[in-house]
Amino acid sequence: MFSKVNSGGLRGIEGYLVQVEADVSRGLPGFHMVGYLAGEVKEAEDRVRTALRNAGFALPAMKVTLNLSPADIRKEGTGFDLPIAIAVLASYGVVRRQSLTGIALIGELGLDGTVKPVRGILSMVLALEELGIRRCFLPAGNLEEGLVVQNMEICAAHNLQQVVGCLAAPGSVQVETGTKSQETEEIPVYSVDFKEINGQLLMRRATEIAVAGQHNILYMGPPGSGKSMVAQRVPTIMPSMTFQEQLEVTKVHSICGMLPPGRALVRSRPFRAPHHSISSVALVGGGRIPTPGEISMATRGVLFLDELPEFPKSTLELLRQPLEEHRIVISRAQGSYEFPAHFMIVVALNCCPCGYFPDRNRCSCTQVQVQKYLNRISGPLLDRLDICVEAAPVTYGEMRECADNEPSAVIRKRVEEARRIQRERFADTGIFSNSEMSIRDIRIYCRLEEEEERFLKQTYQKMQMSARGCNKILKVARTIADLDGAERIRCSHLSEALGYRELNGKYWGRR
Amino acid sequence: MDEKQYLYCLMRAGFLGAVAIRKIYEYFQSFSGIFNIEERELKESRLLKERQLRLFLEWKSRYQSCLEEYKRLSARGILFVSMLDEAYPSRLLGIYDHPAALFVKGTLPEDAPMVAIVGARGCSAYGEQLAEEYARVLASEGVGIVSGLALGIDGAAHRGALRGGGKTYGVLGCGVNVCYPSANYQLYESMMEQGAVISEFPPDVQPKANHFPMRNRIISGMADVVLVVEARERSGSLITAELGLEQGREIFALPGRVTDHLSRGCNLLIQQGAHMAISPNDILEYLGVKYQKKLILSEKNIKRLAKKEKMVYSCLDFIPKHMDEIVKESGLGVSECMTVLLELELGGYVYRTAGQYYGKRM
Repeated sequence: MFSKVNSGGLRGIEGYLVQVEADVSRGLPGFHMVGYLAGEVKEAEDRVRTALRNAGFALPAMKVTLNLSPADIRKEGTGFDLPIAIAVLASYGVVRRQSLTGIALIGELGLDGTVKPVRGILSMVLALEELGIRRCFLPAGNLEEGLVVQNMEICAAHNLQQVVGCLAAPGSVQVETGTKSQETEEIPVYSVDFKEINGQLLMRRATEIAVAGQHNILYMGPPGSGKSMVAQRVPTIMPSMTFQEQLEVTKVHSICGMLPPGRALVRSRPFRAPHHSISSVALVGGGRIPTPGEISMATRGVLFLDELPEFPKSTLELLRQPLEEHRIVISRAQGSYEFPAHFMIVVALNCCPCGYFPDRNRCSCTQVQVQKYLNRISGPLLDRLDICVEAAPVTYGEMRECADNEPSAVIRKRVEEARRIQRERFADTGIFSNSEMSIRDIRIYCRLEEEEERFLKQTYQKMQMSARGCNKILKVARTIADLDGAERIRCSHLSEALGYRELNGKYWGRR
Repeated sequence: MDEKQYLYCLMRAGFLGAVAIRKIYEYFQSFSGIFNIEERELKESRLLKERQLRLFLEWKSRYQSCLEEYKRLSARGILFVSMLDEAYPSRLLGIYDHPAALFVKGTLPEDAPMVAIVGARGCSAYGEQLAEEYARVLASEGVGIVSGLALGIDGAAHRGALRGGGKTYGVLGCGVNVCYPSANYQLYESMMEQGAVISEFPPDVQPKANHFPMRNRIISGMADVVLVVEARERSGSLITAELGLEQGREIFALPGRVTDHLSRGCNLLIQQGAHMAISPNDILEYLGVKYQKKLILSEKNIKRLAKKEKMVYSCLDFIPKHMDEIVKESGLGVSECMTVLLELELGGYVYRTAGQYYGKRM
């Protein structure tokens, strides 16, 4: 007898419908699975057979054929165990076939018949919802994640017998619908806060500007001056994520199996700080079957690269395209996979190999050494860092002080206001923040009055700036003006932006 | 045949030092003599050590190519000044191990007083500023500035001299047609117009670690006075000062804070009896050069500055400070402070060294 069960598969970050077709017929007894299956899917045979027996289903020996359709997409993951088991039972007549229409099942099986959580639930359920499926059996451990999706009835699957019982008597099933978790709009909680940072007035201000305009930022300074500390707190002053952003982040985290158990949506902005020994694939994503890398995990949040010169140049070069396009496309023979990469990059480095420059009593690095150290950084990456700021050495008093510093929430308010101004300005242009402005946009939105034009011209000539450097200054000045609530960019905005100007030629070769 | 041709060959040989060549000249009363005597006679003269003798006999058979090279020198713009020439710096002639000849690109100094300015390569922004200022003042009074074209103090001294419109001479540890370090290419180029680059090493010789102490004796030898700006204890600059002392030059040192490692060398020199160079005038006075106005090193005249600028300026020092400190001392906000500092920077009152470090300009 033939039966069909709906389930979900993952391709990149997106889910798709997989139909598990089972047929039981007379013939040489056996268990045959087809449909372009990866290793872990083929292993389902043993798990399902044992789980069925241990769950108390004694099935006569017959020829069982299974097909996972569409048969031309490679199936991965362990979520097909449950649908396979139910399809087999339906074909034997244990489960009524009519009870399977319009529902989908996802879950991994243990040998005793328990249903275990799997990765990427959110993407799969979202895809199923779009195709009109209205009821899903999900592993109990993934319940919260599934509940994020609206218009979907979710049933928690604990074990095989319970699922069969539910299918036999649909009226008695305990169903939860995914609407409640969106209503409770909780404020993200971070374990760190800007309150804890004493001093570093300049870094605070620069960070605020960077976040307000989504500018990439570079911190430079002696070891232990608080570069990493400030970087960790960058997400805490970013505006709260919209529902769409939360979905995007949750999808990536779910696929990577990084979602904490029992959590529905990721509400706090991600902060990823890969070590400099990271491989290229781990950074941007990849593998034979592409999976998201650190840049996708950091989407809508912060990618922090500490000790930037230690990163291999070739690895950093890979960041160029994602920084422009906010996504990464990984192409393989089987097709190309797209992952989001809408992150803000924060980098930190020492001023010289020993780190104490310009304190000549502690640093005796020669100019050549410093130059070599700094030359390791890819120039094109530097071009994409709009704000450069140097950390001040920390005094003992500052370190031990319990000062009443400005908390993240207050800074976030100002940032949100500046972002609102930007959203209104860029409505219908396809960009959202000042850092994304193209040269054409800069001409339109960073128009200068006569006085400011004269000021910039004078500075441009005096400081021997480059055209690109000048554009960066204009973008940052626009953000500073937005933070100020000013429509017009003034000289004071320009001169502050100039204070964070790029660390180019002269700077890198400084004495 | 031209005697200088043979001198060139001897220098090109590479294994004969300045003193050896001079002894050869004194023995034969010519440079060509050594090419024309028998092996036995040369051995008996005991002019050359055993190793040198072996190398010389081996090399003698192919020295002809050096003669060709010598003919091309002038086409390459390189002067070859032997110690017999009048143009050879007279002060240098006075030292024991003066080079038998110099390779020069540019014009050699005439009788003007000369000051050698030396110091650390990895100097502080403060030291660099002072080296430049001293060189500028001295050069504008007609004093020639000799240094080693290295990074740090050396480069700053040359830069200052060029800015002061005077003459400056760079003594290299490589051939004169090689610019080392390449970062100073611009200086190297402009120095040929306003002075010269000088070397005892034949053209195309690449810099080697042992060349640099050798060229130091020429730096101090060419000058009347050696000024040490910033030097650590046990540094090349102190070696130059010591060489200067042996050659009977007057040593000046720039005093610094006792806690600064970079000033320790200078302070030690002063302790041992070097002159203190509190202002460039001290050196001018020693040299007997008449100068127009008494110069006191201090900050710029800030009368024309606005009130807020004056206030921020007063928070600064010659030793660069991080902006955080300036913000705290001035009591202004970060953005306001930055605006004022930029204005001061554009006005030439303040310089920005590294990122957000600002210092007063002299």
